[in-house]
Amino acid sequence: MSTSLRNNRLAALALLAFALVVSSIALVFFYAPVDADGLNQKIFYFHVGIALTAYACFAWGGWKALRVLWKRDADADLESYVAIHQGVIFGALTLVTGSIWARYRWGHWWEWHEDQLVLFLVLFLFYAAYFMLRFSVPPGPRRANVSAVYALFGVALVPVSILAIRLSERFIHPVAFDRHGPNMAGSQFFTFCVSWAALLTLAALLYHVELAGKRIDIRMRELREALR
Amino acid sequence: MTTEEKYVAAAYLVIFAVVLAYVVIIALKLQRLERELAELAELARDRQDEREAVSVG
Amino acid sequence: MNYFADVGALARKDLLLELRARDTLPAMLLFVLSTLVIFHFVLPGDSSELAAKGLLWVAIVFTALLGLSRAFAAEREQGVIDGLVLAPSDRSAIWFGKALSVLAFLGLAELVALPAFGLFFGGVDGPMVAGIVLADVGIAAVGTLLAAMAAASRARELLLPLLFLPLAIPIVVGGVGASVTDDPSRYVGFLALYDALFAIICWASFEYVVTE
Repeated sequence: MSTSLRNNRLAALALLAFALVVSSIALVFFYAPVDADGLNQKIFYFHVGIALTAYACFAWGGWKALRVLWKRDADADLESYVAIHQGVIFGALTLVTGSIWARYRWGHWWEWHEDQLVLFLVLFLFYAAYFMLRFSVPPGPRRANVSAVYALFGVALVPVSILAIRLSERFIHPVAFDRHGPNMAGSQFFTFCVSWAALLTLAALLYHVELAGKRIDIRMRELREALR
Repeated sequence: MTTEEKYVAAAYLVIFAVVLAYVVIIALKLQRLERELAELAELARDRQDEREAVSVG
Repeated sequence: MNYFADVGALARKDLLLELRARDTLPAMLLFVLSTLVIFHFVLPGDSSELAAKGLLWVAIVFTALLGLSRAFAAEREQGVIDGLVLAPSDRSAIWFGKALSVLAFLGLAELVALPAFGLFFGGVDGPMVAGIVLADVGIAAVGTLLAAMAAASRARELLLPLLFLPLAIPIVVGGVGASVTDDPSRYVGFLALYDALFAIICWASFEYVVTE
């Protein structure tokens, strides 16, 4: 059994994730300067990366969903499901880290002003319904199709929700609110990029691990049926 | 530690915890798979014994 | 145009069935009126008129859910869905016809609800009505597709609201915005965008929801 990194993609991915995560944490705490916002700005290096990674997971899930419907790719259904599962985990993390920051910044754990928090709440509800849908339809091509269509709805929902949330603020809170802008110094931007790369690699790693686990489950079941 | 530092630490801790939770879940899954594999190996061995018994007799 | 003939036939079938059975529409009417009455008791004394307008949209969304949960009930009970799907017409016509009939039911319910709202709480104006019309289109389009999805599952009555509400959030934002703000045209435009985008998506993807 070959152990070279080339033939062990999962191990290579894990190593890359390890290297990136360690470097990014080091950069965040030892390299990036503390700016006018204060130390709490450090949360953003990971919070924003986590949010963007969640979007990436949902987008990847949507792409696989498209393949289910368009190319009738049988594997794509499982891949779409796992990607969306990852997305929900990272989405939940976005809500938690965002909430922690909001507690520091505003004094309470939730803040309707924060567009991103509200958006992730909506997406969380939407994709939680995805799992309820999936588990109430018996496995088969019907379930794959229905899940795929719903996943694609999610992709369409993201820009529409962003617009809706922004529009809603005009009548909910006609009060000026400040935004934390991405006007970062070069070193901060570099740190941010490394952090984001680390999170994406981590997500990819978890995705492949979960996928492998589910595929083994399926093979086991087939084996069991064959030996019966 | 200032309050600010505590919040930053809390945020990073949560991320760490989630990743570790993942590892725990994978570990449990691996245990289950090992158990199932042992059962299936047992089943395969029984099948093979049966076949040998039939061919001999 | 054979396609539109199919759509018309399907929509007409639903409306005729309702005319004879008379169960869904009266329920929706009674539901929306009862909800409006409850709102009177829900709003504290010094609430603004705007709060009531916001609540109207809650009433609309839940009344729509009531109607949608019945959308494919007749087909399911008679085992007719397979027959429709096997028919030689384009399957998206099923969605189109059903969405039109849902739209009709919703419109009829609102024909009663809006005057009632005007009577109880006041303040029904042009932009609000425009918002309601466009919102109805979005609700009918998206709701019909989701009702078909829920019909495929084991937990259909539970599932439909869960699937529908997140997608209804932009509709509600558009509708409330059109009802309470100073520049409703922005929100009406947003509703039109939502309707166009999701109607196309629903129309294109309905086939995959009902077939294997």
